[in-house]
Amino acid sequence: MERPLTNHIDKGREPLNLAEYERVGGYKALRESLTSLTQENILQLVKDSNLRGRGGAGFPTGLKWSSMPSSSNSPRPRYVIVDADEMEPGAFKDRILIEGNPHQLIEGMIICAYVVDSEIGYIFIRSEYTLAAKRLKRAIAEAYEKGYLGFNILGSGFNFELRLHISSGRYICGEGTALTNSLEGNRAVPRHKTPRQTESGLWGMPTLLNNVETLCNIPHIVDKGAEWFKSLSKCKDGGTKIFGVSGKVKKPGAWELPMGTTIREILEEHAGGMRDGVRFRGVLPGGGSTEFLVEQHLDVQMDYDSVQKAGSRFGTGTMIALDDHTCPVGMVHNLESFFARESCGWCTPCREGLPWTARILKAIEDGRGEPDDLKVLESHTKLLGPGRTFCALAPGAMEPLQSALKFFREDFERHITDKRCPWR
Amino acid sequence: MEMLSDEIKSEIQCGTGACPTRRCAILEALEIVQRRHGWVSDERLKAVADFLNLTVEEVDGVATFYNRIFRRPVGRHVILVCDSVSCWIMGFENILVHITKRLGIGFGETTPDGRFTLLPIQCLGACEQAPAIMIDGTLHGDLTPDKIDEILKGYE
Amino acid sequence: MARIYIDNVQYEVPEGQNILSACLSLGFDIPYFCWHPALRSVGSCRMCAVKQFRDENDARGHIVMSCMTPADDGTRISIDDNDVREFRAGVIEWLMINHPHDCPVCDEGGECHLQDMTVMSGHVYRRYRFKKRTYLNQNLGPFINHEMNRCIQCYRCVRFYRDYAGGRDFNVFGINNRIYFGRCNDGTLENEFSGNLVEVCPTGVFTDKTLRKHYARKWDMQTAPSICPHCGLGCNIIVGERYGSLRRILNKYNHDVNGYFLCDRGRFGYEFVDGPSRIRQPLSRHDGDRSDGSLKAVEKKEALDLFKGISMDSARTLGIGSPRATLEANFSLRQLVGAENFCCGMSEHEERLVSSIIDILRNGPTYSPSLRDVEMCDAVLILGEDVTNVAPRMALSLRQSVREKPMEIADSLRIPRWADASVRQAVQDEKGPLFIVSPMGSGLDDIAARTLHIAPDDIARLGFQVAHEIDPDSPPVLDLPDELGRFAAHISAALKSSRRPLIVSGTSCGTLSVIQAAANIAWSLSRTERIAALSYTLPECNTLGLRLIGGLSMTDCFQKVLSGEVDSLIILENDLYRRAEALLVKGVLAKCKHVIVIDHILNRTGKESDLILPAGTFAETTGTLVSSEGRCQRQFSVMPPAGQTQESRIWISDVMAALGKDSAVNYSTIENIASEIAREFPVFKDLTEVSPPVNFRVFGQKIPRQAHRYSGRTAMPANVTVHEPKPPDDPESPLSFSMEGYSGIPPASVTPRFWAPSWNSCQAVNKFQKEIAGVSTGGDSGKRLIEPLTTENGVYFSELPEAFNFDNTKWVVIQSFHIFGSEELSSLGDSVSQRIPNPYIGLNGDDAASLGKDNGCMAQLIIGNVSLKLPVRIIPTLCSGLIALPVGIPGLEGVNLPAMGKIMED
Ligand SMILES: Cc1cc2nc3c(=O)[nH]c(=O)nc-3n(C[C@H](O)[C@H](O)[C@H](O)COP(=O)(O)O)c2cc1C
Ligand code: SF4
Ligand code: FES
Repeated sequence: MERPLTNHIDKGREPLNLAEYERVGGYKALRESLTSLTQENILQLVKDSNLRGRGGAGFPTGLKWSSMPSSSNSPRPRYVIVDADEMEPGAFKDRILIEGNPHQLIEGMIICAYVVDSEIGYIFIRSEYTLAAKRLKRAIAEAYEKGYLGFNILGSGFNFELRLHISSGRYICGEGTALTNSLEGNRAVPRHKTPRQTESGLWGMPTLLNNVETLCNIPHIVDKGAEWFKSLSKCKDGGTKIFGVSGKVKKPGAWELPMGTTIREILEEHAGGMRDGVRFRGVLPGGGSTEFLVEQHLDVQMDYDSVQKAGSRFGTGTMIALDDHTCPVGMVHNLESFFARESCGWCTPCREGLPWTARILKAIEDGRGEPDDLKVLESHTKLLGPGRTFCALAPGAMEPLQSALKFFREDFERHITDKRCPWR
Repeated sequence: MEMLSDEIKSEIQCGTGACPTRRCAILEALEIVQRRHGWVSDERLKAVADFLNLTVEEVDGVATFYNRIFRRPVGRHVILVCDSVSCWIMGFENILVHITKRLGIGFGETTPDGRFTLLPIQCLGACEQAPAIMIDGTLHGDLTPDKIDEILKGYE
Repeated sequence: MARIYIDNVQYEVPEGQNILSACLSLGFDIPYFCWHPALRSVGSCRMCAVKQFRDENDARGHIVMSCMTPADDGTRISIDDNDVREFRAGVIEWLMINHPHDCPVCDEGGECHLQDMTVMSGHVYRRYRFKKRTYLNQNLGPFINHEMNRCIQCYRCVRFYRDYAGGRDFNVFGINNRIYFGRCNDGTLENEFSGNLVEVCPTGVFTDKTLRKHYARKWDMQTAPSICPHCGLGCNIIVGERYGSLRRILNKYNHDVNGYFLCDRGRFGYEFVDGPSRIRQPLSRHDGDRSDGSLKAVEKKEALDLFKGISMDSARTLGIGSPRATLEANFSLRQLVGAENFCCGMSEHEERLVSSIIDILRNGPTYSPSLRDVEMCDAVLILGEDVTNVAPRMALSLRQSVREKPMEIADSLRIPRWADASVRQAVQDEKGPLFIVSPMGSGLDDIAARTLHIAPDDIARLGFQVAHEIDPDSPPVLDLPDELGRFAAHISAALKSSRRPLIVSGTSCGTLSVIQAAANIAWSLSRTERIAALSYTLPECNTLGLRLIGGLSMTDCFQKVLSGEVDSLIILENDLYRRAEALLVKGVLAKCKHVIVIDHILNRTGKESDLILPAGTFAETTGTLVSSEGRCQRQFSVMPPAGQTQESRIWISDVMAALGKDSAVNYSTIENIASEIAREFPVFKDLTEVSPPVNFRVFGQKIPRQAHRYSGRTAMPANVTVHEPKPPDDPESPLSFSMEGYSGIPPASVTPRFWAPSWNSCQAVNKFQKEIAGVSTGGDSGKRLIEPLTTENGVYFSELPEAFNFDNTKWVVIQSFHIFGSEELSSLGDSVSQRIPNPYIGLNGDDAASLGKDNGCMAQLIIGNVSLKLPVRIIPTLCSGLIALPVGIPGLEGVNLPAMGKIMED
């Protein structure tokens, strides 16, 4: 089985330096892009590959790139931004990719910039990814030195400036429009969806934003083609995916597997199944802001549509397993406290609704729950739904709660009637 | 006392070379001050504002949004304890209780000797090594109370 | 027009709006918080949710924010849908989670947008059972009170203060549900428009600190429509009274003039009305010595007898009018003393400047813009004015005008203009061209494309050259230094490439040539087939109106007294010590056999008179003012003058009666005076139409100044009498001093308050507009008197001044203006007086150094006969060779500037 993204990642040692990376075929795709492919060629390749954004929403990458306005009649500079803010509870895939092979990301980014005719790029990385940032910095310097970045790249006439921005911290910065605000030195409050960032983004200029993993796929697609990329997958979404598992499993970790691998395979084969003495109760398949799936869903394939059909979201593809020794109310309380704390404070439902749910969950967990509490929680899951809040943070926050109320309702009720947490 | 040394000023300037506006230098400048002084005092925040030709309100409005700009003094070492879901499942509470017992401080507090400050942090992205903490930018995963004792010894 | 469907009924609305304003315009009630008609949409509060349907077959629909969704043709929405009602109830419930529910002790209570929206959205019972979040408050200075616990995080304050008004000492701090709106530390809010926070904030976070000193509920205040007396712009205000004292000023929406906002001088400058300098009793001198201020109170009857006696004893009496008094009062005085004996009460110099402005506006091809027009101008040149401090509200409009040109960026991205956050994001810091050429820095420098600080004569020369660059027929300035020449070319290029250029100038420089240069530029532009606007700021609320009536100049008047031609003066609402040098005024007053003053405050002139008749302030006066735009507007008294006080013109008509001056006209009624004025001065031909006639009635009823919930009327004077007195009559206006009357929506000029069923807050103004942020329902108020002559082009001025040449000994002393301090009446109030700067001698840093002066050290300045010893203030932006002296500040009244000055060596 091919593992293009992680082929050259070895946790035990330093990542490939530029020369090593080149030796294993690195920057070949870039060279080819700049010398023998047109922008349209590459765009078509990306479209044909069925690559969907790995940042959580799964938006088709080719389509997103083509929504950049034509460069002849739009203002400059045009920006490309990599979202490396990874703070979704349970997610750690982008860190592995950057720490493991920073040149892969840089190469993907340069190709992307070339296709959308951008001259300046930012990698927006969270402050706690110190090792990743250190390695990226070094790799960027190497790339500049070798002429992959900067002025007149490989004699093609294409210029691209790449900057690393270390975030000052906040989950909401990962939201694409909030990220833009943060880069501009504003409070990282999300922006309205229209106009799209591709038309008016960073400093009002055309701006394209992609996730780390999304862009890491690009050199391979250019190198080996769209058909090859699709063939990696077990479903219609192209490529492999870094799946991760955390929680009380035997071997928590991350693995590059075909898109469409089943949850069971990931949990049981790769993560080694639940630890001895605990039993599986459910899983948040795509990170902290997705809905619980339970026993009956174990054979669901991990791809955007199948997970959606099962009632949850593919998200980041990094799962968190819930076991029978862990209190689901406590777990959801933990998540809601997280989301409440990370709310940017811009829109009412999120700013006021999330802390309320967190407080109710705390009260239930502490044995101070009241019968009407579940009603209030339920109404929140509805009132904080998509379209009602300014961005996707609060709707995401409601996904674990809503599904927990569905699958673990008796646990909530027991807390309230027994006036204590049965797990404590 | 000069609140911003020339050295810091020149660093801010080169940090801002990439910024088309004064605003976008705010975070960069505060980070530089914090790197040097550990935290951003009111006086230094004012100095940054003056330097960038912004008001204190403009700088602090941004500074107070983010959790990695410290507007209160911190100890020599900052312990970030991941309190997010994977770490919580894997026993974050035990870790926190243990650290609190060892150091006598809770979240938001600093040891009287100025050695440690304890802060919660959003998911550290180390869920496969949960529970995890980060001290001064170094990640420590797969923690147990014993391991913590060992780790803390390394920070004076 | 767009066809939209609201709960399955079809409506037509103008294109280009969002659903919220379209629905409000149609009369629907949709709750909202973060949206504000002037601040527009950002979509943060989520209160204005409606259900939108794709088409008639879509039964499910989806929730959208009405403020963020365009009301395009074919839009289908439901306001009433269950889901969306439930959501809105949820939003208000969230907003009330942490609210302190302290309405009974909250100044906003009863006129609170949050209360209104809570009721409108259906949140009744409290389910939240946890602790509320609390905050510490800040001391924000003498105007604004801060009570953060009441905040609902709608972000309007910060959007108004920073984005709209350009204030920088205020912001939002923190994150998640711990968000704070205020300053970094306690301290006075610096922005000149901070008072609008009182109305912008939908709840009681920012309230009027001056109101707290004498609080009354909105419904307990008797209110009347009025015109702000504190500068020449004529902003519309609502004046509130209870128990005979003035309680507060609110903005009164006027689409063309002030829109939704006032400046702080206008809002907080009212305190003089009940201040210590107020005169409530006729005062008369018994012993004849004018200097010792021994005035004794007399009764009205006696006062009139004294007046009569004085008149008999006088050979010739001059009447001095006032640019801060109404047209009617001035005209009455003119009738009393005779046109040939009427003086318009301005210094000769000022009068000359104002006359020239009037000539330019009346005879030239350019128009004088309303403040709303100003907002739509896309290139601006300010010649010699510190607009923020002279005509403050116009500065707020100019701040909007620089957004006009960059709107093209938003337009090209198809971002609707109401989508405020998206527009700002697309436009970033881009600003339209605004140039300021003035002697020193001003409050708008931060938005100027370029500023240039040069001496008044050079300002004029630069201006002349700009005009010449635009139209070669306009006289050139041949010996202009290269740098100025390039600047002139730059400005003219920007003006020529705009659609609606605006030139702002005025009397501040005190130089005729600056005024003429501004005219040349505007005229040259109007020859290039674009509508050029020309706006002159004028110092007082009726400067323009008074000059249209005309009269002797002050110099003539003084001359006549000193030569003995005249032996008595009647001075109407005018402190001569503010108009001329003290020594001169003293001499004039001493020379007079009799001096009679009609005024509402006791000033130095009053103290040296023989008889003072206590007049009504603007709050007790009905009459007409003409703004610098040339707009004639009527103010209505909010309360009858108490006790022995009377409106000035009533005193005059009483005197006329006492003197047996039998005239064909009864001067005691506003309407008679107005038609007399109209008859005598053709420019005032529309004066009688400025507001509905005295006998205007709706369904036979007057318009009540008191709200229908006005409480305790029968008990109010219970300490005096247990019988409810008959409400005072008001034969002078369509308004009554009572609760009874027509409570619907009257014509705008007589609208006493904004209130509508379920809209108790000032946001009720929505119900008083034909369409949101548009003209008023009951017809607009005010009449423009001067329209440009389109047939004829102005003849260019050609008298160029010499270039400014500083010879190191003779300094030119110019005026510097302060929003708080330069205006007479507002300065007398307790709160405003706390903001008045101390007198100073302003010098540029180099000049100060050459004189061996540092910031703060004392210097002696000699101007003619006047010697001033004051601390030096370094003004880095001041043009070298000039000295700036604050105008009108207590201690510096009556220094006529510009003038030559000398700094004494130590
Ligand atoms: C609250 C919130 C946090 C997010 N955090 C991240 C993040 O840390 N990293 C990321 O790549 N995308 C994050 N996203 C998704 C981005 O907004 C965006 O959809 C994505 O980066 C687009 O890249 P893609 O098309 O390559 O997936 C977040 C979204 C939301 C609503
Ligand atoms: S202080 Fe008032 S205006 Fe500002 S956010 Fe709070 S409620 Fe809104
Ligand atoms: S008024 Fe529409 S979201 Fe606030």
